[in-house]
Amino acid sequence: MKIMRPMGAVGIVASAALVLAACGSDPASTSSGAPTSGAAAAATGTANVACGGKTPLSGEGSTAQKTAVDIFAQQYAKACSGQVVNYNATGSGAGVKQFNAKQVDFGGSDSPLSGNDATAAAARCEGNPAWDLPLVIGPIAIGYKLDGVSSLTLNGEVSAKIFNGSITTWNDPAIAALNPGVTLPSKPIQVLSRSDESGTTDNFQHYLAAASKGAWTQGTGKAFKGGVGNGASGSNGVASAIRAADGAIGYMESSYVKDGITAAKLDSGSGAVELTAQNVGKALDAAVFKTPGSNDLAMDLDKIYAANTPGAYPLLLATYELVCSKGYDADTAKAVKAFLTVSATTAQQPIADKGFVPLPQSLQDKVLTAINAIS
Amino acid sequence: MTSTLSDTDQPAISPAFQQVSTARKAKNGLATVLMWLSFLIAVVPLVWVLYTVIANGIKRIPFTNWWSQDFGSVLSDEVGGGVLHAVVGTLEQGLVCAIIAVPLGLMVAIYLVEYGPGTRLAKITTFMVDILSGVPSIVAALFIYALWITTFGLPRSGFAVSLALVLLMIPVVVRSSEEMLRIVPDDLREASYALGVPKWKTIVKVVLPTALSGIISGIMMALARVMGETAPLLVLVGYSAYTNWDLFDHEQASLPLLMNNERATNTMEPGSVGFDRIWGAALTLVLIIALINLVATVVSRLVAPKKK
Amino acid sequence: MTRNRTKVRPGDRIFKNLSTGAGVVVVALIGLIGLFLLVQAIPALRADNVNFLTSRTWDTSDPNNLRFGILDLLLVTVSTSLVALVIAMPVSLGIALFLTQYAPRQLARPFAYVIDLLAAVPSIIFGLWGILVLAPELAPIAQWLNETLGFIPIFGQGNVFPNFSGTIFTAGVVLAVMLLPIITSLSREVFERTPTPHVEGALALGATRWEVIRTTVLPFGKAGYIGASMLGLGRALGETIALAVILFIPRGKLFDFSIFDGGATFASQIAANYSEFNNPTSAGAYIAAGLVLFVLTFAVNFAARAIIGDKKGD
Repeated sequence: MKIMRPMGAVGIVASAALVLAACGSDPASTSSGAPTSGAAAAATGTANVACGGKTPLSGEGSTAQKTAVDIFAQQYAKACSGQVVNYNATGSGAGVKQFNAKQVDFGGSDSPLSGNDATAAAARCEGNPAWDLPLVIGPIAIGYKLDGVSSLTLNGEVSAKIFNGSITTWNDPAIAALNPGVTLPSKPIQVLSRSDESGTTDNFQHYLAAASKGAWTQGTGKAFKGGVGNGASGSNGVASAIRAADGAIGYMESSYVKDGITAAKLDSGSGAVELTAQNVGKALDAAVFKTPGSNDLAMDLDKIYAANTPGAYPLLLATYELVCSKGYDADTAKAVKAFLTVSATTAQQPIADKGFVPLPQSLQDKVLTAINAIS
Repeated sequence: MTSTLSDTDQPAISPAFQQVSTARKAKNGLATVLMWLSFLIAVVPLVWVLYTVIANGIKRIPFTNWWSQDFGSVLSDEVGGGVLHAVVGTLEQGLVCAIIAVPLGLMVAIYLVEYGPGTRLAKITTFMVDILSGVPSIVAALFIYALWITTFGLPRSGFAVSLALVLLMIPVVVRSSEEMLRIVPDDLREASYALGVPKWKTIVKVVLPTALSGIISGIMMALARVMGETAPLLVLVGYSAYTNWDLFDHEQASLPLLMNNERATNTMEPGSVGFDRIWGAALTLVLIIALINLVATVVSRLVAPKKK
Repeated sequence: MTRNRTKVRPGDRIFKNLSTGAGVVVVALIGLIGLFLLVQAIPALRADNVNFLTSRTWDTSDPNNLRFGILDLLLVTVSTSLVALVIAMPVSLGIALFLTQYAPRQLARPFAYVIDLLAAVPSIIFGLWGILVLAPELAPIAQWLNETLGFIPIFGQGNVFPNFSGTIFTAGVVLAVMLLPIITSLSREVFERTPTPHVEGALALGATRWEVIRTTVLPFGKAGYIGASMLGLGRALGETIALAVILFIPRGKLFDFSIFDGGATFASQIAANYSEFNNPTSAGAYIAAGLVLFVLTFAVNFAARAIIGDKKGD
């Protein structure tokens, strides 16, 4: 077996060289065939990922970003062999809670920290503020099933009225006005929502509040406030409930729109816009931060929701990784930085293939600055 | 009364040779029909559930990679990998739970039947066990969270899950063992005492072996239930796609947690990756428990006193 | 008169103390759980703006304006468990008797084993099977019940849609299937151990098979059967994830005493919202709900014990 050792060493050197080469080289720019104004998909230059530090790294939170974080973890393991990330998708609330309780190293949340949560997070980070870093942007679809209607256009106001019960039948004049030429049946609208608390619900209700011109007065939050229809458990539950009932409509992450569910188009004032990653990218141009100039990149999505950018699909959710700006021990900080760097760069292309929207260049720059400032 | 004592020159008509009245025959027939009916009613959902689990889950089970790999290097919607990490977690958590719950539960049952009857403590214990049997798994989990993690400051781990599972397992073990011990005939005990055998030895060598098969059956039932519990797993441990042999630290997967994970993140259409994984994991759990059950039945049959 | 002094053997003392100690541990444990529930629940109960026991709203989103009442939860929990027991108890009794008295040996043993296997199916799978596989098949039956017996409130129009999918009826049937192994297994064990002299005596008197059962097996096994059913009831009341998956939550409508309604039970409500327990006061509201379940189980078991009388042998 002594013969094996030099061979083993050669093998390690060779694979290390390959890994570093892979890290260093940029895959062809991701914006192939999707020229978007200003929202060009990020180039990926990760020449310096300082691998090492704590393994396994643990995270918990939003289910909406689970698929993306899995890809992040996979890319991270490729870039830094032997480094493991465990992500537990139990919901944004659990993520915040466990992060604040020091049970996990980073949290995943569909809404940025605020109020008591932010204070508790600062305490968790030894008195330093916690940052919200947006790494995954995903569209929210308004999915429906209605026999004979293969294309439906809605806007913020009509959606709000549907989801709070003001509009109850499919052939209501308000819906018909947005869909000229489409024969809408006189069936009752069956509204589906999430029965468990969810960041998707929170973002959806924020959209309704911002984009409905006052029609949505029920408030926002992780629990559905519309007061009409049924709640089903998890996005899977909502999707299968919609599939089972003709005339049902609900909101869900875009990856659940399939097999009988169609996504509605949204008209923010400049015509019907279909749900595509590209169109969501356009909407991101209006991104504004809650604390501009700081490394806490919590976005004020209400501006996006209320905006009327031509060709943009505004109903999106941004999921954040909650991290400590300072306050980690050295090992953890190193691993967190390496993981997030890979996630913000190399991994953005693979998640685009899964229907997420990759970070636009300007946002990516800000995210990388913040990551580098973690200590 | 059909007494024939007055006619001593007539042959005696014994009730044993009388015809059964039609009313009694009818009742008997009806009872038989009802029994067969309940059997058939039960067969329907029974076969249906098991068939669904087997048919939907069988696709990946026969392959060795299912049993020897984990999902560490595989994405949520990629085919491949296996459930080793979940099997390890389930077995470890279940075993540790059983090690704590079975002796404790058995001793409580022994107390209730042998030493306790009539005492105040026994009455209180019985009530308490009844209440514990109705505690929802999520409340048991929250209690352990408050105790183990918030108060003691220990991290989330598979061991915390085992503790919560102990709370869920104890009432079933106690209740079923108690019933089994109660119906051991007192004659056996009295015969043993008459021979000068101490009480504790009587319990251990006479009463327990007599009731053993029933007790083991109760334990298996309890174990099967706790190994399929999801709620404590959501609260007390995190999911990991990698195999973690350490019960006391870090995230650990287990079969129900894996299933819940798939339900939350993957779509469930027949033929999709999520579908195969979730039903495959269910079938894996059923197979594991069936195996443990089989072993336990064989052991109990070997140890139990021979019937004549 | 010489006082009879029996020597207490050390083995006896140790064993007795061990088992008594176990009893004490279990009592202490439940006491601790009750204490934990109370401590967490009381601040929330104090802050509650509506009557905890009779209000039917549940709104814990604003920690400064908590409004939660458990009546709806209580009704739904009791309904699902009741439906489950009404189905499971007679069927389990029938199966247990069938397996021990009627079935040929070759059929009984494997079938008993298969029933026990049903207990191995995890609750989340029961939830998925219930909502994806069973509910569509039950829908025609439910619809027929609703149409023909709809004048009786419990079969009246439900408050969820699709009308016969995520309802208490479906949940109750699934729960019944989950309870079957527990009640059947324990009852079967008890019935099998009916003392042979009793049975033989009855046969000698010319009893038919049913009469043998009625006079010997059932009286002997009654306590065990009720005990098993109480275990099943406990499971039904506390079942968390299966019901969270199956039941639809009607928004804006309350439980209407129909088995075709949807809703949340104590356990499924806590589970669905557990991840939002960031605020101790809001969390306390859910814990208070758990406390009610505690009390409910106690009450039911108390009643059951009173019915079957003191269980200490004869």
